[in-house]
Amino acid sequence: MKIVIINYGAGNIQSIMFAIERLGYKAVLSNDPDEIKAADKVIFPGVGEASYAMKMLKESGLDTLIPTLKQPVFGICLGMQLMCNHSEEGDTKGLGIFDVNVVKFSKKVKVPQMGWNVIYNLKSDLFKGIAEKEYMYLVHSFYAPICAETIATTDYELEYSSALENDNFYGTQFHPEKSGDVGEKILDNFLKL
Amino acid sequence: MLTKRIIPCLDIKNGRTVKGVNFVDLRDAGDPVELAKIYSDEGADELVFLDISATEERRRTLVDLVRKVAATINIPFTVGGGISAVEDVEVLLQNGADKVSINSSAVKNPQLINDLAQKFGSQCVVVAIDAKQIDGEWMVHLVGGKVPTEIKLFDWAQEVEQRGAGEILFTSMNHDGTKNGFANEALAKLSELVNIPIIASGGAGNIQHFVDTFVEGKSDAALAASVFHFKEIEIKTLKKELKKNNIEVRI
Repeated sequence: MKIVIINYGAGNIQSIMFAIERLGYKAVLSNDPDEIKAADKVIFPGVGEASYAMKMLKESGLDTLIPTLKQPVFGICLGMQLMCNHSEEGDTKGLGIFDVNVVKFSKKVKVPQMGWNVIYNLKSDLFKGIAEKEYMYLVHSFYAPICAETIATTDYELEYSSALENDNFYGTQFHPEKSGDVGEKILDNFLKL
Repeated sequence: MLTKRIIPCLDIKNGRTVKGVNFVDLRDAGDPVELAKIYSDEGADELVFLDISATEERRRTLVDLVRKVAATINIPFTVGGGISAVEDVEVLLQNGADKVSINSSAVKNPQLINDLAQKFGSQCVVVAIDAKQIDGEWMVHLVGGKVPTEIKLFDWAQEVEQRGAGEILFTSMNHDGTKNGFANEALAKLSELVNIPIIASGGAGNIQHFVDTFVEGKSDAALAASVFHFKEIEIKTLKKELKKNNIEVRI
């Protein structure tokens, strides 16, 4: 199986590489459109600021490629947010894969949300064998509201989408590669889709 | 609900753990990777590695360590000590660190906080603040609390938040090493002043101290070293007790 992690200069890529290795697979880093198109599974990571990450994505021409991919694609954290229609962070137009707009938490809570919180209302093969209310590691200031594509919910200030799915596209706000054994199981589920 | 976090801190010198550790099941008590794995399995929510070595070899051994830790554990970890430039941070993050902690270098060059937040995002910038209460006023100290400054803790905390810090790790020099509990009054004030998470450090001696810092000190996370290293408190037991006190933790 060929696993490609999209390398566009934004994201803690090494942690995802290691997590995939712990699961017994190998992944390659690439920003080459042909290599990404030929992969069995594509992982789209991201940390940092949305408009900067989108700029990097555009520079490598991947903003037009990603929405056309047919194999399972997994956006993580900022990766998931960039797959939405729009992000309030830096007023950034997204890839439009998930039909929802990303907005900021209010000042009623500490921002960023940083740490472990539970995911529930799980509705996807991504969560096969995963119990409701398992703890996942999250670090984010912006969130995707609940929508038709929500497959996991988390509560911080309000209920929001901690995972999204649309056809072959999946996204999690949490970091499966940093969420202990349960997080690794979710990553494994994706690789087995 | 977002949980409170328990964070063991490992002091590292030339790639090895310093301060005696008291784990009978450890093959090599000085191996930070093995210790990290044990803490991760016991339910630590994050780990902090503080590099206290001073040699030129430091960066290479530290980067090597970061890679090994990232390859082994599946929880987040922070690396601090001797970080003074954007390039230092770049190499640590590229090798699998999730966050970096800066202390004296941020005081000497506050712009570093802005630069790091802009380049890597606030989520990976922890600003560590050591402070001592002198005549009722909390003053920032440098070099592990040895060198006093004219900077007031609460002013500095607000400044680092404005400059883009994602988290503050506050160590009270009055409490550090005493095992008499955390500086909860100052911690609670910090939590009200700034809107980023606060990690309490310095003073952990028993389980009640953790309860107190989460309730009275309004801390988001608590960091400790020796009580964990010497198994005076086991993380599993600690978390069960916190839960009994209606404090949300990951078990």
